[in-house]
Amino acid sequence: MLTLNHFLVLGAVLFCIGLYGAIVKRNAIAVLMGIEIMLNAVNITLVGFSLFNTAKPYSTYLTGQIFAIFIITVAAAEAAVALAMVISIYRKRSTVDVTDFDMMKW
Amino acid sequence: MDLATLLFWIVAVILVGSALLVVGLNNIVHSALALVVVFAMAAGIYLLANAEFIAIVQILIYAGAVTILILFALMLTRTVNIQTNSNPINKYWWLGVIISALVGATILFAVTVSPHFVTPASSALGYSAHNSTCPLPPNNVVYIGNLLYSPTCYSYVLPFEIASVVLLVAIIGAIVIGREEE
Repeated sequence: MLTLNHFLVLGAVLFCIGLYGAIVKRNAIAVLMGIEIMLNAVNITLVGFSLFNTAKPYSTYLTGQIFAIFIITVAAAEAAVALAMVISIYRKRSTVDVTDFDMMKW
Repeated sequence: MDLATLLFWIVAVILVGSALLVVGLNNIVHSALALVVVFAMAAGIYLLANAEFIAIVQILIYAGAVTILILFALMLTRTVNIQTNSNPINKYWWLGVIISALVGATILFAVTVSPHFVTPASSALGYSAHNSTCPLPPNNVVYIGNLLYSPTCYSYVLPFEIASVVLLVAIIGAIVIGREEE
């Protein structure tokens, strides 16, 4: 029997893995991969809530799935801008190591 | 254990395993390829949750576009030791473990103590509660299309337009930021 807790626990575990990757990685693109995993975890949680939502009238609006669509949109925009920033910084500094990104430090 | 639960467990185990590979592999190109498996398995989870449109969009955008974007960025940025360790972790990795474990424990605690009003999936799937004047949509894709575009039913037209503006800004911003300065 598939319950809501399946989706919630899976989303929590994926979110933690993505958070770990986003914190500890030194390659900027690997940090972005961790953020993508975190966004996917949130999407899984929202779609799970949408499946088990029976509160009228919100269950007829598929709120969770609509939220997931907008999250996917924003994630695509975020990936495009962030990778453009990484490539731009690489062109100036010849590195993608986030520990070397200190040009905004006073 | 019925078939849906069995499929869920198979997909979830592959999903978590490949996510661990993404954060654990030493070669960053291998990490990017494991990320494709993560995205495809997430699409499988969406299919199990009766969200066919999200699953298709996930395959198209994540497994297609975002992965290609990441691979192109990897090709355009050369790291010094691509063979040995191109995906290093910093010296505070134990802090990352602690923070992730704390966040995960908090989420799981919230899941266990908060009351959610749920019903079994079999009765939650029906669209019979559709009480507006709109006709009953035949499937998930048409339903989402009605919700996104319909001028008469309750719809998300304004957020959809704002999302398109966000995409336009992101396109222009990516071009401006990534442009070669002469």
